Parts: sequence; structure tokens; C-alpha cells
Amino acid sequence: MIRSLILQIATRLLVPILLLFSIFMLLRGHNLPGGGFVGGLVAASAFVLYSLAVGVDGARRVLRLAPRTLLGTGLACSVGAGILSLATGASFLQSLWVKVPLPGLSDPLKLGSTLIFDIGVMFVVVGTVLLMVFSVEDRVPGLIDD
Amino acid sequence: MSDLLVLPVVIPLATMVATLLAWRAIRLQRILHLIGAAGLAVASIVVAVSVWNGGIMHLQVGSWSSPFGITLVADVLSAAMLVVVGLTGAAVGVYAVGSIDGERERFGFYPLYHALLMGVSGAFLAGDLFNLYVWFEVMLISSFVLLVLGNETEQVRGASTYVIINLVSSLCFLAAIGLLYGLTGSLNLADLASRLPGVGEPALVTTIAMLFLIAFGIKAAVFPLFFWLPASYHTPPVAVSAIFAGLLTKVGVYALIRVFTLLFTQDIGYTHTMLLGIAMLTMITGVLGAAAQFEFRKVLSFHIVSQIGYMVLGLALFTPLALLGAVFYIIHHIIVKTNLFLVSGLAHRFGDTFELKSLGGLYRSKPWLAILFAIPALSLAGLPPLSGFWAKFVIIRAGLETEAYVAVAVALVVGLLTLYSMTKIWNEAFWKPLVSADRTSEADSERAVNEGLLPAPSLAWTVTPVVVLALITLGIGLYAEPLAIVADRAADELLLPEAYVEAVLGSGVAENQSLP
Repeated sequence: MIRSLILQIATRLLVPILLLFSIFMLLRGHNLPGGGFVGGLVAASAFVLYSLAVGVDGARRVLRLAPRTLLGTGLACSVGAGILSLATGASFLQSLWVKVPLPGLSDPLKLGSTLIFDIGVMFVVVGTVLLMVFSVEDRVPGLIDD
Repeated sequence: MSDLLVLPVVIPLATMVATLLAWRAIRLQRILHLIGAAGLAVASIVVAVSVWNGGIMHLQVGSWSSPFGITLVADVLSAAMLVVVGLTGAAVGVYAVGSIDGERERFGFYPLYHALLMGVSGAFLAGDLFNLYVWFEVMLISSFVLLVLGNETEQVRGASTYVIINLVSSLCFLAAIGLLYGLTGSLNLADLASRLPGVGEPALVTTIAMLFLIAFGIKAAVFPLFFWLPASYHTPPVAVSAIFAGLLTKVGVYALIRVFTLLFTQDIGYTHTMLLGIAMLTMITGVLGAAAQFEFRKVLSFHIVSQIGYMVLGLALFTPLALLGAVFYIIHHIIVKTNLFLVSGLAHRFGDTFELKSLGGLYRSKPWLAILFAIPALSLAGLPPLSGFWAKFVIIRAGLETEAYVAVAVALVVGLLTLYSMTKIWNEAFWKPLVSADRTSEADSERAVNEGLLPAPSLAWTVTPVVVLALITLGIGLYAEPLAIVADRAADELLLPEAYVEAVLGSGVAENQSLP
């Protein structure tokens, strides 16, 4: 934890923006640079910033879930996306698409099982990075203090 | 139908996820772990049966057509290896439940164990080189953690050698992949097999072949790249070293067999002669190293090295009979070697040490354990009628047919020295009276149970897998024909890569045309 008023105030502004940006990166990733991995790194950096500004315990409280649970859930999502394809008779990890017509838009919204896979990747990245960073900050209290 | 091929990868992955999510519930983790291990064994048998009946199976993951997508292929060799992975994975899995201490369980032993099994199964199924690399990494990274889990000084010392040398191996592997991709523009094994003969750069191809030989040679622990193995395998808990000893080096041997039958067969005079020399030196150094050791698991570790030599010898001779011998040898060796490590764990349990000098009297106090040791030990040395006899017999016969008399002589002498090492363990641990009689082993294991180091019903958990593996060894020995038929068909497929290429690319092309 770094005791700095500037950092604490700035963090309050930055964390929501970073989290929003990470979701933007996740959704953009299907056809353009981005995706679950990059989105996950951005989201993880938001929590890392928060842990620097207010401490690891605060960051754990805000995260609500333990990083290890996030990691497991993410893996489960990604494997689940593959098994979902198998269950519907397609090949393992084959992309399944659902078109949802939206009122007011000419193009329907295309939802794919790839998105579930990508969300899984994002969770895995967030979980892994935070597991490492939090462990280091826990074990070495003086590392980034004052 | 070919969707079956994802099961040997998905089952360990799902088990890993489930045990990871049940992080705090150790009891639940154990149950999930056993279900997953049993599931993998069943799935691998199902895959093997359908490969046996229907020929080479291949799957394009996500329906991306070959040679571009991720290809999983199972021929008879891969399928047979998967079955052995399934069986030893289940056997060691059961043993682990009875022997892994609570501390390691709490720090994720079970998820890591299944990550390791996933990497090994994936490597046997991989149909392109980059995927093979990725599965190698999955396997290595989980093995790194399994090796240091527990954080004992000895473990960390062994692991640092292991990690560094394996990273060098990965680097060579990656460099070779890069060169090969630059040369041919493909990494799909089947595609490479059809492109390489027309490349016309014999020097560069041989260079790449040598890089692969170094990369896989390190993993397989052949001479002179084996020293990481005896430095590390005796440090982790027995269940971990047993699964390492059974599977990890054999993945390296499998990769050697795969690339030196499918890809690099243009200049056999050079590459396979080199393999022959390496095989002989590996056998000799391994067995001599073992002769000098007096620690149970170090003796066994050096013997892994010397036995790898026999398998590489089978590949180097490159006749149908020799390859049959190599395949037979790998399967026999995985079962026997895993079992010997498990027995060393039982000896440790009753004698409280791995040092042969301080062990003793086990024949008198635990005659059944002596029998359980004798079966795999004599099989390893190649005494009839056990499985090792047939494995050695076939390879030596193949050597005689190709008039490789030096290699045959080496193989015979090394067999004799293996018997010497096994006799040494027998004499020290089982036959000679216990030197320091003040230590009562029963009390020790009771103390371990009381202190929570061992779960209470551990004896049945640890003995059953040893008995089952010993019975398999006996079964192969007394009725070797089915395994010989399997190995024969695997060898035929290895020597006729056209069928492999057609199975992968032929149907891939057909899929391509059917797509709009």
C-alpha cells in the first residue's frame, strides 16, 4: 500500500474506467485486436492498482471472490464452451451462433459460444494475475510500502 | 465418433477444474480425483478399442480443417500409450490418495496431478508439432510444481536442475519448429510428412532432425543429456516420482519415435546410426550409474535411463521387428517402472528410509512385499516368463537379424547388470537382517497416522495399485501375444506413414470440399 492522496483519488476514478475498458476489449476481440486475454490483463491491472492504493485486504473485499475461485470458474467456462458444442452435436470447441433480433437495429445481435470461452479466458487471467500479485503483496509487506 | 478423441484431454481438464473449485474440501477433492482418474482410464480404453476396430482416428478441433486447425490423431501407438497412461494414472492416483500428506493436498496436489495427465495424454494425441510443444509445456509446468510442492531443500535443489535443463530442451524444440516452419510452411505432422521429401535441402533437414533429437533426447533422458533425471526423481513424494518415472521420459521417447518414423527418414544412414550409438551409450551409462548407487529411488532412476536405451535401440534398428520391440518395451517399462517406484514407497513406509544400507529384514517381516518387489524387478532385468523378457527378446532378435552384433552384446550385458542392481536392492532391503533393530516400523507408521501425515486407511490404498500393476506385468509375461499383436500393428503403421498422412489429410480435404 502506498500512502498517497493523489493515488487514492485517481484510483477511484481510474478503476471503473479500466473495468469498463476491459469489457470493451473483451467484446471487441472477436474480429479486432483484443479479447479475453487482453481484457483480463486490463481488469487485473484495475484491481492491482486498487490494492496499491488502499491495500490488499481492501482489494480482496472489492473483488468479493477469491482469485483461485475466479481461476477455477474461468477454466470451467472455457471447458464448458467446448462441451456445449459437443452436447449440441458439433465438434469440440466449434463456435455455435445464436442471432438475437434487437428492436431498432437492422442487424441482429450475434451471440457465439466463443464469447463464453473468451469470458472464461478473461476470468482465468484475472484470477492468475491477482493470485500472484496478492500473494507477493501478502508475503512481502514492506515491498511497496512508503 | 472421432469426437471421442477429446475425452483423454477433456476428462483430466474437467477434473482439474473441479478439484480446483473444491480447493478447501479435501475429501471432495479426493473423490473427484478418483472419479477423474477412473474416467480417464475408461475413456482411453474406449478410444483404443475404436482405433483398433476402425483404424487411425483423427479430429479437427472446432472443425477447422487440416492442415490449418488443431489436429488430434490416434493411431495404434498413440492409443496404446493412452491406455497405459490411463492405467498408471489410475493406479498412482489411488496410491496418492493413501500416501500424499495433508499439506500437499491442501496446496493443490490433485489439480496438478490431472494437469500432468492432461499434458501427457495431449502429447500422445497431438497431430502437429506446435501442439506437441504446447502439451509438452503443460506437462512440464505441472511437473515443475509437483516436483517442488512441499518446498524441501532437497526438492528445490533437484528441481532447479530439472527446470533449467528442460527449458533448454524447450528452446531447442521451439527453434527446430521455427526452422521447419520456415522450410516447409507447415507444422501439421501429416502435411510435413508429405512435404519434406520434396524440399530438397538435405543438410538443413538433417540439422533440424538433430535439433529435435536434442530436444526430445533431453526429455527422454538419453546419453549424454540424462543427468537431470537422477538428480531430481528421488526428491518428491513417491506417488509423484512414480508417475514421473512411468510417463514423462516415455513421452520423449514417443516423440522421438514419431518424428524419426514419420518425418526424418530421408537420411537413415546418418540419423539412425547416430540413434544406435546413443542407444548403446545410454544403456551402458544408465546401468553403470545404477550400480554405484545405494539409495532405492536413485538406483531406479538410473535404470530408467538405461531402459530408455533399449527403446531407442528399437527405433535405431528401424525394422518392423525392432519397432515392435520398442513399442512393446515402452508399454512394459511404464508399468514395471511405475510399480517399482511404488514398491520403494512401501519399503520406505516399513523401513522409514530410502537408503538401502539402513533398510533390511523386509523379507522376514513383510514377505508379501518381497514378492511384490520381485515381480517387477525380475521383469525389469528381463527374466522369463515376465514381460521384460519378451521385450528384450524381441529387440535382441531384431538386432541379430540386422547384424548389429555390438548393440546385441551391449543389450545382453546391460540386462545382466540390471539383474545385478535388482539383486543388490533385494539383498540390502529384503534379505539382510535389519541393522538397527531399535526402530519398530509399525510404530513409525502408526505415529505418522496419528500426526496426520498419512490418512488412516492408507495401507490398502497403497498396496492395491502395486498388486494390480504386478498382475498386469505377470499377465503380459505369461500371455504376451495380445500385446505383441498390438505392438506389431503399431510398428506396421509407423513404417507406413502414408496411411497416417491419408487419414489426416485425406478426410481433411474431403471436409474442405463439403464446406461452402
